[in-house]
Amino acid sequence: MIRFLAGRVAFAALILLVLSTFVFFLFFVAPGDPARMVAGDKATEAQLIQIRANLGLDRPIHEQYINFIGKAVRGDLGFSYRNQQPVISLIANRLPATLSLVAGGVILWLAVGIPIGIMSARHPGGFRDRLGQGFILIGLSFPTFVLGMMSLYVFYFLPRQAGFTLFPAGGFKAFWPNPAIWAWHMALPWATLALTTAAVYARLTRGQMLEVMGEDYIRTARAKGLSETKVVFKHGLRATLTPLVTQLGADIALLLGGAIVIEQVYGLQGVGALAVQAVNNQDRPIIIGVVLLGGFFIVLSNIIVDILYVLLDPRVR
Amino acid sequence: MLEARHLSVSIPTEDGTIHAVQDVSFSVEAGGLFGIAGESGSGKSVMMQAILGLLPFADVTGEVIFEGRNLLTLPPRQLQKLRGARIGMIFQDPLSSLHPYYSIGAQITEAIHAHEKVSPQAARARAVDMLTKVGIGNAAERFDSFPHQYSGGMRQRVMIAMALVLNPPLIIADEPTTALDVTVQAQIVALLDQMRKELGTTVVMITHDLGLLSNVADQVMVMYAGNRMEFGSSAAVFHAPSHPYTAGLLASSPSNYAAGEELVAIPGRPPSLLHMPAGCAFAVRCAYAMPKCATQRPPLRRFSDGVESLCWLEAPVEPIHAERAAVSGRNADATAPVVLKVDNVELSFATGGFFSKAGKYEVLKGIDIELRRGETLGLVGESGCGKSTLARVIAGLIPATSGSVLLDGKDMATLDHAGWKEMRKRVQLVFQDPFGSLNPRRRVGAIIGDPFRLHQVASGADRKWRVQDLMETVGLNPEHYNRFPSEFSGGQRQRIGIARALALNPALIIFDEPVSALDVSIQAQVLNLMRSLQQELGLTYLFISHDLAVVRQVCDRIAVMNKGKIVELAEAEAIYTDPQNDYTRTLLAASVVPPPQKGRGTRQLVETIWGAPA
Repeated sequence: MIRFLAGRVAFAALILLVLSTFVFFLFFVAPGDPARMVAGDKATEAQLIQIRANLGLDRPIHEQYINFIGKAVRGDLGFSYRNQQPVISLIANRLPATLSLVAGGVILWLAVGIPIGIMSARHPGGFRDRLGQGFILIGLSFPTFVLGMMSLYVFYFLPRQAGFTLFPAGGFKAFWPNPAIWAWHMALPWATLALTTAAVYARLTRGQMLEVMGEDYIRTARAKGLSETKVVFKHGLRATLTPLVTQLGADIALLLGGAIVIEQVYGLQGVGALAVQAVNNQDRPIIIGVVLLGGFFIVLSNIIVDILYVLLDPRVR
Repeated sequence: MLEARHLSVSIPTEDGTIHAVQDVSFSVEAGGLFGIAGESGSGKSVMMQAILGLLPFADVTGEVIFEGRNLLTLPPRQLQKLRGARIGMIFQDPLSSLHPYYSIGAQITEAIHAHEKVSPQAARARAVDMLTKVGIGNAAERFDSFPHQYSGGMRQRVMIAMALVLNPPLIIADEPTTALDVTVQAQIVALLDQMRKELGTTVVMITHDLGLLSNVADQVMVMYAGNRMEFGSSAAVFHAPSHPYTAGLLASSPSNYAAGEELVAIPGRPPSLLHMPAGCAFAVRCAYAMPKCATQRPPLRRFSDGVESLCWLEAPVEPIHAERAAVSGRNADATAPVVLKVDNVELSFATGGFFSKAGKYEVLKGIDIELRRGETLGLVGESGCGKSTLARVIAGLIPATSGSVLLDGKDMATLDHAGWKEMRKRVQLVFQDPFGSLNPRRRVGAIIGDPFRLHQVASGADRKWRVQDLMETVGLNPEHYNRFPSEFSGGQRQRIGIARALALNPALIIFDEPVSALDVSIQAQVLNLMRSLQQELGLTYLFISHDLAVVRQVCDRIAVMNKGKIVELAEAEAIYTDPQNDYTRTLLAASVVPPPQKGRGTRQLVETIWGAPA
């Protein structure tokens, strides 16, 4: 197990190295003069040369690369071209909003999606199945931003016009000192994120559950005289968890790298919003930082999913 | 113990209603072993599962009395309390029937906790005790093992322990040995029999294996297309079957024949359960059919020895054996050219991965085989002995680690690309699973025509003509050229596989368990086809099977394989009459053979009970 983990961690590090190399060279060959971006349009040629020397941009590419990797390993991803703040602290400032959004969203979409999937699969073709399928279809076909705009209109704009505040328009409030304020501000983003994603999980649960409930060991469970609740939840749901965990790992990792649309709609200053600003400003160190962060979450979630597999499925042990 | 009256089960599907069981009555006597025999689709499993409420979508009518209560009108909660506690069940495939994520022990104690209020320690002690009883050594240690860590036979022992742990008075065993190797089958049957005697449990055993039933059952019910065709004591039914279907089944079983004899097969295939015929369900395949069989529902006759038969015939049928075809000559010819020479072939796989220690897993350990033209060599062994792997090596699909495979005198290892392509024409494979080995989205004509297309032998109208010719040869209707595999039955699909194998007139055809997925009546048809094709076309066969009776029937010589080695290779009859190797003897002792039919017997018709309206 330890050997397995060590192997996975080494492999993850290798992936991150390859990713950072790729991103570094991609931005190196991209057009645009970083020094001009740092100094602004009015800078003189002498200033530009000075800035290039400061940033190390005048040295050969391989030296720059070694310098970049060496610093990155020590947790230094450089400074933003725009405001000269360290990339690491810029990202760290943005993480709470993204983490809050993802954490609440995950709990909500699992709490909605899995029960709907189970209900649908328990009565295939019946009224409850059609209800569940309807939810899945609506959830899957609703673009996030449309849902976001609509919920803002209904839960913020209309009440405001009527003269009271039901939900805030957006913005992020820190968890501490008042979690209630935090949750109140996050409620609409969570609902928007959860509703569309819950449809994916409902569909996945339904499909898996339908398959599992036809398995021989479910028949064995019934033949033992177990109650239907135990048959469905202990024997049926248990076997559907594995693919759900895979999907969940991938989804969480992707979102932690920045939930761009939702952060934009609700004005959440998260990682996704940071990435959008950085791309607009061609702020390379930040872009590289955000890409590496996303990559980090993905390899991390893969390792966690692998460990969960071992815990969930005795055949993998 | 259990009494069913006029039981019918129908299952609504998208295609229409499947009449799985029709008006079946039977009674199981306490302490006995009640056998239900029938081919796939006869409704035997569906019937028992429907009785226990395991088929929620089925429409069940009639009456099933158990311990004074009608199971069919019992509320679901009451039925749930009966399951496991009063009626235990054992299923066919112990691997898929055990939950892969829970330990053996947890799955057994779960059954105890579902019905009794006991402490976890007490439940554990009982489970360990039961596991020891069914022959699991170190039960206390193996309690926490998972199903995948057990062998097939051990898993079935676990299933039996699970069914017996609450000591139910009735056990329903649904094909308990079908998924197991012959030697293991014998152990499991013996175990069931022993448990039945020790605990006084009544057993209902559902199986397609007549040999097995004839050995252990007290009473037998034979089912066909949802109908109860024959019912009576095991001795009476097997020695002198009253119903033509029972007689036909017994006659199709290759173990009742000497090597090389033509089998008496039941022609045709079972009817669709969607549209039942007005008369007897078996009429179209019956050798004794009379005009009224097709239009009128047959009466239920009772004979002096208690046998009941759903048939117009008033006397037991003549044993079919008396009329069988003469023994045909052997195909082996010691002077015929050698087609295949396998010389000291070994195969091993490297085990271990990137971070773990490398090892070697030996699959084949020095195999020598020689096959002459027109000969059939049988390769027999239990699962995991390497027989299918050997087939793939011979077919050139896996290169041997060492040793050589010579086809037509050419070494496969030294072939260049063109030579390899040529070799692919010379060796053909027919696979076990006729459902999985044909692409469901391609038309039959295209599947059979593939060899012509791939080797650029024929195209266009010429190809079509050749394919239809092949279909004719293997007994398929050439007009079905454009149909999809799903429109064919299992036996017909195996004919499709054979037709494709025949297309390029190969030097060697390897049959990998070609009939083990087929019902016994269909199996006889396919075996007869293989035999007649060999005689007509002078083909050379390598026949792989786990079934000794089948191998003996079709093969000239037999190689017995165990753990990657050939332990005995001799003439087919010699293997049976004078086995030299211990393993061969074990295999032979383990296979159960239905008794030969003795003839009409002394039974007389007592009364005719008209079947209740359908």
